[in-house]
Amino acid sequence: MTPTSPGKRRATPSAAEPSFEAQVGEWRAFALKRRGVTAADADELEGHLRDQAADLQQSGLSADEAFLVAVKRLGSQDEISREFARAHSSRLWKQLVLAGPPGDSDAPASAPRRREFWAVAIIAVAAALAIKVPALFGQDIARDPHLFYPRNLAAFVAGGVGAYFAWKRQVRARTVLGVSALAAIGIALVNAYPFELRGQTVYLAALHLGVVLWLLAGVLYAAGDWRSHARRMDVIRFTGEWFVYVNLLGLGGGVLIGLTLGAFGLFGVDTSGFVDEWLLPCGLIGASVVAAWLVEAKQGVIEAIVPVLSKVFTPLFALLLLALVVTIPLTWSRGPLDRDALVIVDLLLAVVLGLALYATSARDSADSAGVFDWLQLVLVAAALVVDGLVLANMIGRIADYGFTANRTVAVGENLLLLVNLAWTAWLGWRFVRGKRGVAALERWQTGYVPVYFAWAALVVVALPPLFHFA
Amino acid sequence: MYIPKDLVAASAAPMVLGLLAEGESYGYAIIKSVREVSGGEIEWTDGLLYPLLHRLEADGQVESAWGVAENGRRRKYYRITPRGRGALDDHREQWRAVAAALGTAWGDARRLTPHLPVVQEGFAT
Repeated sequence: MTPTSPGKRRATPSAAEPSFEAQVGEWRAFALKRRGVTAADADELEGHLRDQAADLQQSGLSADEAFLVAVKRLGSQDEISREFARAHSSRLWKQLVLAGPPGDSDAPASAPRRREFWAVAIIAVAAALAIKVPALFGQDIARDPHLFYPRNLAAFVAGGVGAYFAWKRQVRARTVLGVSALAAIGIALVNAYPFELRGQTVYLAALHLGVVLWLLAGVLYAAGDWRSHARRMDVIRFTGEWFVYVNLLGLGGGVLIGLTLGAFGLFGVDTSGFVDEWLLPCGLIGASVVAAWLVEAKQGVIEAIVPVLSKVFTPLFALLLLALVVTIPLTWSRGPLDRDALVIVDLLLAVVLGLALYATSARDSADSAGVFDWLQLVLVAAALVVDGLVLANMIGRIADYGFTANRTVAVGENLLLLVNLAWTAWLGWRFVRGKRGVAALERWQTGYVPVYFAWAALVVVALPPLFHFA
Repeated sequence: MYIPKDLVAASAAPMVLGLLAEGESYGYAIIKSVREVSGGEIEWTDGLLYPLLHRLEADGQVESAWGVAENGRRRKYYRITPRGRGALDDHREQWRAVAAALGTAWGDARRLTPHLPVVQEGFAT
């Protein structure tokens, strides 16, 4: 065994050729990552690099030296890509939408990109058709007395997105099996529990199944590396971007549906059945896969949109909450009686949390605190005050009316968000005072993700039996 | 001799069009020709030639086609278009006018504008 290895090592100096190839390949891959540089541009630059290096080698330089000199003469990639971007400003936009469609005349679309395009197309169509499979067994979308579709909608969406990432990230079979098994348990329970179909628990379980399945799809997004805080942050970022893209696609879908109904209506053909049975469900599932792909494809091409949105809305929501802080004590006696109050406050807290989370996610950790961080702190603090006031107002009343499934979940979620926001406020305070880095805030949020998972799983598994499936 | 960046940049497009007017060529060969015709005085950052070529192509002054080099690799060849020749003529006239004006200003300045040195002395006091 030992005699062979020195022999191998001695062979390396003669292997200068492959090392040159590797260097060129690395240089090329690096150039391709720049915005505005297409595969065809990289081909052209690479050809130049090789011609130059060949000439230099003929005049006596070694392959390594020739490569270094040729790269130096070619100039910095930063500068070149900036010039390319200026010469083709339209490209920056094109890349955003079409990451190498088949048949782009200028750039011979590279094989992996084309393969991805088809993989996405196949997964999206398969997922869209999957939602029609139950119809073969008599599960009508229009007439759905057993609430099959509300129970399983999340499974179809998360299934399509999860399948895409399982393929895209080449996730290990063991991870895929583990994730699928957990998902299957949740889906099986929600379908097998003898719910009272007019009750609350069936909807609560279905809703929380959605959270469970989405986080499981997130495990596939992270290629199984769910323990890593950085990967968890990526999943959080992805979720926000995906949500925006689904809504954008939904806008287009709405126009499509409206025109379908209208255009056929002109000729007296009623297409509402087709729209309800096919276009809407299949479009929704297909769009969720396509949105996942779009988020992946445009990564690094433009700045993420969600942090921008959260920056725009943070001051506005801060104003809303400050107004509430003033208003609630004035109207104390007319305080929120109905059960929706907690739900609304939960939603408010979730939005505040989202704003804080996404603004943080795009933050340069090296920056020190600025005006915006103060604003964010005001937002979180005001949300805490509002929540405290509403809870205080309601606790007595809840005791009077008793705990229903809805109220239990709403209170539980309120506590979850309250704990999170309280610690977020504390960390934010330390941060603006310059005592803690922004990294601590990020770690706290990513560390909290399993808590959401545990809570959602608890609601799916334990809540329905506790409330007798009412 | 050091030639400032601005001057190199301003002369780049006329230079490329001029070389392409001699016949079809490709990036690396163009760079070599530039070194040759300038006696090595004009040093380009090689990579910046390509965005320039693409800009000229977008403007219809040159056209390109992928071909195969003698070593079997893909290579993009550029050719000047009639529009490019028109642009080249414009460049030529402009540069000639500038060169003529500079020549006049430097060579014959004293003869044509005898008051110039007086003004300079006035500044010096």
